[in-house]
Amino acid sequence: MAKVVLDFEKPIFDLEQKIEEMRNLSDNVDLESEIKTLEKKVHQLRENIFSNLTRWQRVQLARHPERPYTLDYIGYMTTDFLELHGDRKFGDDKAIVGGFAKLDDMPVMIIGQQKGRDTKSNLYRNFGMPNPEGYRKALRLMQLAAKFNRPIITMLDTPGAYPGLEAEERGQAEAIARNLFEMSRFPVPIIVTIIGEGASGGALGIGVGDRMLMLENTWYSVIAPESCSSILWKSWDYKEQAAEALRLTAPDLLEQKIIDRIIPEPPGGAHRNPQQAAMILKDALVEEIRALQKIKPDKLLERRIEKFSKMGSWNE
Amino acid sequence: MPWFRRSKENISTENRKKEIPEGMWVKCSSCGEILHRQALEQNLWVCVKCNHHFRISSTDYFSILFDEKSFKELDAKMTSKDPLKFVDTKKYTERIKDTIIKKKLQYSNRYGTGKINKKKIVISCIDYGFIGGSMGSVVGEKIFRAAEKALKTKSPLIIISASGGARMMEAAYSLMQLAKTSAILAKLHEAKIPFISLMTDPTTGGVTASFAMLGDVNIAEPNALIGFAGPRVIKQTIGKDLPEGFQRAEFLLEKGFVDMVVPRKELKGTISNLIGMMAN
Repeated sequence: MAKVVLDFEKPIFDLEQKIEEMRNLSDNVDLESEIKTLEKKVHQLRENIFSNLTRWQRVQLARHPERPYTLDYIGYMTTDFLELHGDRKFGDDKAIVGGFAKLDDMPVMIIGQQKGRDTKSNLYRNFGMPNPEGYRKALRLMQLAAKFNRPIITMLDTPGAYPGLEAEERGQAEAIARNLFEMSRFPVPIIVTIIGEGASGGALGIGVGDRMLMLENTWYSVIAPESCSSILWKSWDYKEQAAEALRLTAPDLLEQKIIDRIIPEPPGGAHRNPQQAAMILKDALVEEIRALQKIKPDKLLERRIEKFSKMGSWNE
Repeated sequence: MPWFRRSKENISTENRKKEIPEGMWVKCSSCGEILHRQALEQNLWVCVKCNHHFRISSTDYFSILFDEKSFKELDAKMTSKDPLKFVDTKKYTERIKDTIIKKKLQYSNRYGTGKINKKKIVISCIDYGFIGGSMGSVVGEKIFRAAEKALKTKSPLIIISASGGARMMEAAYSLMQLAKTSAILAKLHEAKIPFISLMTDPTTGGVTASFAMLGDVNIAEPNALIGFAGPRVIKQTIGKDLPEGFQRAEFLLEKGFVDMVVPRKELKGTISNLIGMMAN
């Protein structure tokens, strides 16, 4: 697949390319010191661009087609992944994957929304947009985890639940609602991580837990900026403004006390070094699980409900 | 100086959409029949000719369901904050202020206690007239408190929904209300306290994907639009017209997502009977 370079990433790539060319030349001439200077410059440029990202730019990063997806994280972070399929009622939704795996030798249940990387795999994964059977598969796997006292890790990355005719017939709303309800009462630790796009109820459908982590360049809100623009501005052209208004980035959500922790990404974003991104997340997950495992189930559930009870803002 | 001067304010027609207009005669928005207001009111805002259920307010539902003067509203003064300082084409704070004045309501839902055929219950009802019954922090908090009240007093909980979905101007806070309301309903479930969900026209989006679908018994009013995605979005997605009756109450009954479709006239009796079956 051709490399995808976002507008604001271009200066970085151009410089990197230049360095690469110089390296190729350096067989004949000594350019070592110049390469070093340029490398420093790239580093600075990257710092500069990435410390001043707009909200819309973060949305673009969250959707970057080379970003690691759920199965990539599972591959890097865990061993012995045993994927489980089907909701035992209707079918197997490819937009949600999950199964048992070992994280740092600890058996866990790991579930996430899964996008595809090219047209073919995107069609297979329905662009990461789950149908009701996807949420019901996730529910079934979480029930298994609760039964065998295994921690649950969920990874959110979806442009939304699929808004199709059959999805409605099979109860998309009920499937999501049921998961929110059941996830509030599983007596095992649940850790939720937003790894890409966290679009509304479709993402939240596997997103209730004890700890909420969010990768640095992701978004999470009640609606995508484009749709928000089309409804409130009655035009598709205000997506940048909508992204600003929605305050949907990881730092925003930390400030709103909706997430607990931001997981840093490698320099230039998770897509520049998926393996490193996964290792950073893995360390955080292990730490979080170990801490949660010290809490008694009763207390865990009490704290989980209390956590969500505080979310919101109103005048008495 | 011209002998004729155009007035500064243009002549304009009142174009505010209103389901129930003022005046003695009301035209049914479904069949077009001209109905006498008082007769319509006595028929609980249901068209005698075509059975169309007009959209009505929380006050109307309370008077339909409760024994006389038994409803006591709680936390009536709770209002929205604007935590994100949200601005689109208009400031969110102004939108709220205008709606409060225009609709004479503090917020898009109310809750309290009351008696249905002498049985004590806790109720929360959404007003669709208030920013499309959208769910912001206050809807979530009031439902949370209603459920807590039901827990504490061991009384059945009834939630009446009518909503276009989540409140965009509260962004992630609004989304979290789905989790918040579902979490407290899980607690109610463990305490074995009955919860009846009544879905009226329209119940869509985040409200359907949380508390509205989680009733021990789900009831819908005839022909109410109920769904996750709105019909327009689905039509765009699949590029085809939607079948007749799609996402209507009777469709959901057929597909197994509501237990019964109950005409407004039978609501009180049905809910009262259900409570009798479930509550100790």
